[in-house]
Order: sequence, then C-alpha cells, then structure tokens
Amino acid sequence: MSTRLVQGYEVVIGFETHAQLSTQSKIFSRAPTAFGAEPNTQACAVDLALPGTLPVMNRGAVERAIRFGLAVGAHVAERSVFARKNYFYPDLPKGYQISQYEIPVVQGGTVQFYLGDELKTVRLVRAHLEEDAGKSLHEDFVGMSGIDLNRAGTPLLEIVTEPDIRSSDEAVAYAKELHKIVTWIGICDGNMQEGSFRCDANVSVRKPGQPLGTRREIKNLNSFKFMQQAIDYEVRWQIEQIEDGHAIEQATVLFDPDTGETRAMRTKEDAADYRYFPDPDLPPLMIDREWVEDVRAHMSELPRVMAARLVTQYGLPDYDATTLTQSQAMAAYFEAVVQACQQPKLASNWIMGEVSRRLNSGELSLEQLPVSASQLGALITRIGDNTLSNNAGKQVFDALWTGEALASQSPQAQVDALIEAKGLKQMNDSSALEAIVDEVLAANADNVAQVKAGKDKAFNALVGQVMKASKGKANPQQVNAVLKARLG
Amino acid sequence: MNDLHHVSLAEMARQLRERRLGAVEVATHFQQRAAQHLAGPNAHGDNTGAFLAVDAEVTQAQAQAAQARLDAGQGGPLEGVPIAHKDIFVTRDFPTTAGSRMLEGYRSPFDATVVNRLAQAGMVALGKLNCDEFAMGSANENSAYGVSRNPWDLQRVPGGSSGGSAAAVAAGLTPAATGTDTGGSIRQPASFCGITGIKPTYGRASRYGMIAYASSLDQAGPMARSAEDCALLLSAMCGPDPDRDSTSLDVPAEDFRLRLNDSLQGLRIGLPAQFWGDGLADDVRAAIDQALAELKQLGAVVVPVQLPRTELSIPVYYILAPAEASSNLSRFDGVKFGHRAADPVDLLDLYRRTRSEGFGEEVQRRIMIGTYVLSHGYYDAYYLQAQKIRRMIASDFQQAFTQCDVIAGPVAPTVAWALGEKSADPLASYLADIYTLPASLAGLPGMSVPCGLGAGGMPVGMQLIGNYLQESRLLNVAHQLQRQTDWHQQRPALASKEVA
Amino acid sequence: MSLQPDDIRRIASLARLSLSSYQSERMLGQLNGFFDLVEQMRAVDTQGIEPLAHPVAAMQDIALRLREDLASEPNNREANQRSAPAVEQGLFLVPRVIE
Repeated sequence: MSTRLVQGYEVVIGFETHAQLSTQSKIFSRAPTAFGAEPNTQACAVDLALPGTLPVMNRGAVERAIRFGLAVGAHVAERSVFARKNYFYPDLPKGYQISQYEIPVVQGGTVQFYLGDELKTVRLVRAHLEEDAGKSLHEDFVGMSGIDLNRAGTPLLEIVTEPDIRSSDEAVAYAKELHKIVTWIGICDGNMQEGSFRCDANVSVRKPGQPLGTRREIKNLNSFKFMQQAIDYEVRWQIEQIEDGHAIEQATVLFDPDTGETRAMRTKEDAADYRYFPDPDLPPLMIDREWVEDVRAHMSELPRVMAARLVTQYGLPDYDATTLTQSQAMAAYFEAVVQACQQPKLASNWIMGEVSRRLNSGELSLEQLPVSASQLGALITRIGDNTLSNNAGKQVFDALWTGEALASQSPQAQVDALIEAKGLKQMNDSSALEAIVDEVLAANADNVAQVKAGKDKAFNALVGQVMKASKGKANPQQVNAVLKARLG
Repeated sequence: MNDLHHVSLAEMARQLRERRLGAVEVATHFQQRAAQHLAGPNAHGDNTGAFLAVDAEVTQAQAQAAQARLDAGQGGPLEGVPIAHKDIFVTRDFPTTAGSRMLEGYRSPFDATVVNRLAQAGMVALGKLNCDEFAMGSANENSAYGVSRNPWDLQRVPGGSSGGSAAAVAAGLTPAATGTDTGGSIRQPASFCGITGIKPTYGRASRYGMIAYASSLDQAGPMARSAEDCALLLSAMCGPDPDRDSTSLDVPAEDFRLRLNDSLQGLRIGLPAQFWGDGLADDVRAAIDQALAELKQLGAVVVPVQLPRTELSIPVYYILAPAEASSNLSRFDGVKFGHRAADPVDLLDLYRRTRSEGFGEEVQRRIMIGTYVLSHGYYDAYYLQAQKIRRMIASDFQQAFTQCDVIAGPVAPTVAWALGEKSADPLASYLADIYTLPASLAGLPGMSVPCGLGAGGMPVGMQLIGNYLQESRLLNVAHQLQRQTDWHQQRPALASKEVA
Repeated sequence: MSLQPDDIRRIASLARLSLSSYQSERMLGQLNGFFDLVEQMRAVDTQGIEPLAHPVAAMQDIALRLREDLASEPNNREANQRSAPAVEQGLFLVPRVIE
C-alpha cells in the first residue's frame, strides 16, 4: 500500500461527521424536526431551555444509532451514558449540549471503500448521540445576530474516525462512502446543503516515521468539492509554515470557498474545558441484545455486502458493483433490469452509462427515471439477441425516455414496436452483408491496399463504409469478421 | 374563620364538599392574610415576607371555579382548599422568580407538574412563596426580594430554602404549601417554624417545572400542619411523570394515608450515634428525647445504629450540588428569557454582566465552586470522589436499615438563629446542614415533625428517615406521635391575629 | 491545595461571571475556606467504589425511558417568547456573533 507524500510530508487526517438523524421529533423533546420552518416555531419549551424543563429520550434516535452500528460492524453498547458538554454560545440554549463522552452508544467499526483500485479501510473510534444547536443569522440585523432555535435539539450521530486517512482524495472517498451508508440505511437524508451531513477534518502533517504533528480542525465542510479544496490548502499551508520554521498551533479553522483558504476562527476562550459530567437528568441508556438483533433482522442488505454479491452472482467487476450500489434505488433498478433481460454486464453498462448520464444532466433522481426497469430490460434483451446494435439501442432508449411507447403494450412489445417503426433492426443476414462488403471493397481499392500493408486506420475506415452502406443496420462484429475473412 | 387554622385539610375539604364552607370565603380569608405578608425592603411590623406574589383576581377566579365544581358534585379530593407554591415551581398564573433578580417578572408558558396535579385535585392557588435564590440557602436570607421571617420570632430566620413556605403555614397564611428539598430545604424550615414537612424518595414527585438547582437531589414535597395533611397532599403530588421527567420513578401513585393508623408496636427506631455529637444543642437534644420517649410509650424500641460518614456528607453535598447547579444555571444568559444587562457591547459583555447582575452572591459562590470541581484536572479528585462517597453513604443507610425500620434524629443542631447571624459566614450554615444532607445524598425519604419548643421558645423538629419508598411508614410514625401530643398544634401568636 | 487569584479569574471566566477585584478577593478567601472543609473528603479511600450518579440506582436498576418518535408539540412561539428580552421577526437578538 502506497502513501502519497506531499512535498515529502505524510498527511494524516481524521474525520468527525455529524449526521442529522431522520426522526420526526427532536432527540429530547416532541417538537418537529422538519427543515425550513419559520424561526422558533419548532422550538418548544424544552428546546428553549425554559426554567423547569427536562429532556426525554427519543426511541427513534436510538434505533438509528443501532442501525448505524450494525452497518459498520461496530459494537453497540449495552450501556451508554449521556454527558453534559458545558460552554456558552447563543445557539446553545441550556449553556450545555447533551452528548455522550466516556461511554458512547456505538464503539469501533470500519468503513471500507475503493480509492482507484485500492481497497481502503478507515477505522471508526466511535459514534455517539447528541443534540444539535440552533442557528445564528446575521444578514438582517445591524450589529446583532438573530438566533433561531428550530434546529436546537435535532438528533445527531457524531461519527469519529481514527486518523487513518492519508490524502484529500481518500478523505473525500471516505466521506462519500459514509454518506452512502447513512442514506442507504435510512438514518439520515444526506442533504448537505441543508446541513444534514457535516464534516470536520482534523489535519496534520509529518515526515514519515515521525510522531504525529499538531493538528488543526477544519470545521463544517458541507460539500465534497470544498472538502477537497480545503484539505489541500490546509496541507500546503501547514507544510509552508513548518518549512518556514513555525510550529503549528492547534486551532479550529473555517474554509472560505470564495478565497479557497482556511483561516483560524477567533479563539473561543477556554474552548477545551467543557467540564463533562454525566447528565443527572438522564439515566443510562440500556440496549439489550434482543433489540439489536431485531434491528439487524429488519435491515436490508448493506452496500458493501450487496456489491460483493453482485460480483459473485453476476460476474461483474468490482468497479461496476460499487457504482451500482451507490444507492438502494440504483441497486434495485439494476437487479430488476437483470431479471428482465438476463444480461448483467449490458445492464450495468447501460445504467452506469446512458442512464446515469441522463439523470445527471437532467438533475433527476432515479425515482424520476421515465424508463422503467422492464422497459430497459426489454431493450437490452434485443441487444443481447443481436436484433439491435448498441448504437441503435440508444435511439430506442431515447424514444422510451420521451414517452413514445404505447402504454397499453407490454414493455417487450413496446420495444419491438419502436424497433420496427424506426427500422432499426440489425442486419444479421450474412449473405446480404457479404454482398455489401464486396461492394465496398471494390469501391475502395486504395484502402484495401493500405490494410494489406498493415494500416489499422484503413481497416476501420472500411468498417465505417460498410456500416454506412448498410445504413447502420449491420452488426459491427459481423462486419469485422467478414472484412477480416475477405482481406486475409 | 381563624378556626380554619386548626382544621385538617381533610376536614376542610369535607366541609367544602358538604357546602358548610364556601370556596370563595375560604380563599378570601387566606388571600387577605397573604397579601399582608409580601416580601420587600419595606416589610415591617408583623410582615413575615413569606409571599413574593399574590393575585386576588386569579385566586378568586380559581375559587369560583372550585365552587362551581363543588356545586355540581364534581369536586376533587381537595376541591376549594387553598395552597401556595414555593417560587421554584413555574406557574402560568403567577410570575416565577426563584427568589432571583434573574427571573424578575418571568412568566412561564406552562405549569409545573406538581402544580398541575394539585390544581387537578381542586386546590386554589394563593400565590408564590419566598425562598432562597434558586433554592440555595438555609435561612431564606438569600432571596433577592427580601428576607422571610420566622413567625415565632420575627427577628429570626424561618429556615431555608423553603422559608416562605414554612412561615406561611406557621403564620396561618395558607393551610398548606409546596416546598422543595435538595439538602434539607423542606425539613429544616419545617423544623424552625414548628410545622410538618416531608421530602419523599427521590423520583417520587415529578421535577418537571421545578426550576433545577441540583438535579440528582431536588425533590418536591408538602409542608403543612400535620402528618395527616402531608399524607393527603403527598398523595396528590406524587406519581410517575414518564412523558416529562426521565428521573421520575416508575412506581405507581400511592395513597399515603393508608397506613397512618398502623400500630407502632415493635417498631425499631435507629438512632445514629453521629447525630448526637457535640454540635447538637442541649435544648434540641432534650426536645427530641421527649419525642422518643413518647414513641417508646407507643411501643417502639430504640436501637443504636451507625452512619459513620455523616460528617463527610457536608463536603460531598457541597461538591455535587454546586457542580450540578453550575451547569443548570448556565441557561440564564440574557438570550431567551429573564434578566438581560442593558446595552451589551458584545456577547461576552452580555453574558458576564447579565449573570453578575442577575445572580446574588451565594448563587455566584456555588456556581464558582461547581465550575471549579468540574473543571479540567479537578474532576476526578473532587466530583468523582464525591460521587463515590455518596454511594458509600447510601450503603451505610442500607446497613443501618438492617437493624431498624426508621431512623430518627435532629433536623438541625439548633433552633432558628437570628437574622444576620450566619449571613456573613456561608460556611457556618453549610455545617448546620449536617443532619439533613445524608438522606438527600442517598435519595431517601425524610420528614420533620414538631416535637416541642427549645431555647427562646423556638420550635424544634425531629427528623425521621425511612428506606426507599417508605413514606407511609414515616407518616405513620409522625401521625401516631401527633395523636398523642399537641406539639404540632402549637402556633405562634401571629397566627391568631386577625387581618388588620 | 489552595486557590490563587488566577484560579478565580479562570473559573469566573468559564462561568461567565464578572467579579470586581473586591469580590474576587472575597471569593478567593471563601472558596479557600470551603476547600479546606473539603480536604478530608479527598483522603477517603474509595478504591473499587462506583460513583453514584443517580440516587435511584442505589435502589433499583435504572434505565433511560424511551418515548415514541412523534412530533406532538405545537407551535407555541408567542407564549414561549413572552419573557424574551429582545426578539425581532421571531428571532432572539444578541450582539453580533463573530466566528
């Protein structure tokens, strides 16, 4: 395994990710968690920390934590403890955050993903439950900030890695894989613009073999693109500092997307002394093994497991399997298409290719795909049985996309009707093909000579001529075979 | 109407039910008295400063509603009976200050569960009672709105932190009051004012709506003129509150009157050696001995027991309670509610000035102690160590309860002291908590029962401590004592005075 | 173990309290007196003893009660903000927060 050095330095990165859990109500109160409500209309007495209020734990948040623990192969603690993290900030109504400190609900676990060809494993230290803070708004007020506590109390799962990551590429790949996991298992909606998935990266550099350098924490990275930029800048900055003879001071930094730079936040005084102690308002969280097994039994196949299965079951390359399992929806679509056409590799090519391209350019989700799995399956069936060339298939796909098919017909009938209507049937009759080939050879004597002299380009030009002469209906493989036979 | 000062709550409720008494006349009688006892810098004459807020309109409206229910035969068990609430409980109908400038004029949008339950039982609220600021204190001298004074001797303290509650009941301003007890704040003022009060097992009464001081110690309880009255109130106040309070015990609501008349024959009363040390004043010792003699007459036997870590309970409590308080009080920051410093220049200024202006000295002191013992480097040596000794103290009690059924002893080393006597030396009043702190730390139920007068004609209370969930037994012992004696019926002269 | 004026400053800062020099001096004296009281506690041998965070735990096994995930709190903004010192457009106002 290679470690990429930057200017001779090893980059060491650890991640802390805050994933907002997709519960209906807050972690400690019964106020709703929906995004985008009018300020402070979803902040009840408990969320506002009104005198006399107390926390009551949301079962849905715990259940999601268990799901996560199972998804990453971690230990789900039988007993975990909530602790108060004390600090003053206007978006923190109680003046402390209820979190977990010494004994978190999820312990250990790993996240695996491919970086290029290499399989990477990032170890998790822990994942724990805590409450989100509110928001400060600065725009409308002169010299003041407006505090909206709607978000205060939204359940978070804080997921912490060991400092196993060695490059910004790897960091982004990890973050994407984690994002996939939490959305796949349905515990988080993964909406990074809305702040559902926020990453902090702890970055340090060192000469190989040296002890860990001082790290700086880049906070609130909520896009993969910015994540990469921020880490790259920070690494270069730290190296420059060290090379100039300056020591790195521990700091919390923010990434400015406009300048592309990281800069240290105003130091929060006594930032490190949170005076953690077990929250006396909340007895220990007990999770018996039965509950864990019950959650496990109701979980659908995890992406890594499914990818491995696609490889063995359908003979797909790892790359395909990984790409197809980017979401439950895509994986399900793939398997439905295969069921219809029995052509796993073709199905994979079409989904990773044409389907994905159109979804991306139209900014559509898979659920909005106008071509059903059975339709695509029917199309691929006709490519597989040589009725249709791949290229011609695109025209049929186009027609299906724009809704030209007759709703009353079965998918196979729809596809066949379109093939017929557009005259796309591939020529598979060898004698007709041979006749065309002979005509083309006769008309292109120079090319023939060049091919015999060993020029591949000339051969391809002949193939092109044959295809043109057949009005695209020739089977390209057949054309190749026949030409080769003729030219010797 | 002054007869009402001698009538049990059960009797009053019956008379109301039978329409021999009207809810409005009862409410008016007490409300008029209460209005003469509002705390403030100009409090003079007989004013005990027991009340922080009254509202004639609110009380009248509640009384009328109670009467309507009584007329329709739909009254609750305490329908039309007045109650006043320690100003630690949030109420929608009255402001809540917790005795602090920090919450001057604060109006809660919800009622405390305990307040709700008593209202559902039909009780009519007279107003809010004075207390030490955020329940921190043993003399009600830490209230930002003025001291409360002992009705037996207005130059003396009523005790704390539920000083206003005790004074109000003793002075006949209300037939009953709610209090809270974290380190003795129901028991000690009850003792100083000659009334009966009980702190139930931790978790029996919901803490929702009780402004938090020390979360793992705070408990609500009734303060009234007899064990019987306390039993009736406690039954209405207690019960699981799983939707709102995660520390509420999952134990069904109980009628605490059921065992009031059990015989005391063979009851083993444990007397901890450590409760009878040199610090205990002779007059207090004598009064308690008297009470024990009565109990022996009723068939009880006394056995010596050991609570070896009694003295340690002082540092343990004064580490743990301030630690929790320092965190609980962080929400008072001038942002969402309560006091806010004028024209803050920046956030830091907002926080510092708001809190320094809003909190009194004792509260600031305890926040400092609490912040210190939780801070980096000190947590293990102080906080964690205190929690461990706490467990040892709880075990000591279990050990003692293998040899006895209830534990008895003093509530406080002396009778009520003079106003100002201990206010200069906070440590002195910490030390005086020695007998009440152990049961608080263990979460055990504890009661104060009047047992006569001591030096200066001031009341003395005897403490009864029971094992977990044994409130009925404590009330039983107290009730039997009260059937034999009339200490609990003694009243200060103030209580008989008509409204001027 | 004795506190120094620096300790008072540090703790007051953590607690967001502002003490005058007179108050700080007083506080220092009182806290030192208090911690003398506490010293005897530190010497106690508590080897092998578990801390008692919840008194109920000494009575029975306790577990955190879990409630169903239902959003049942209605919008009560007006009542909740009735005692707010500074509110505009439904937001709590504070001096500008600078990151």
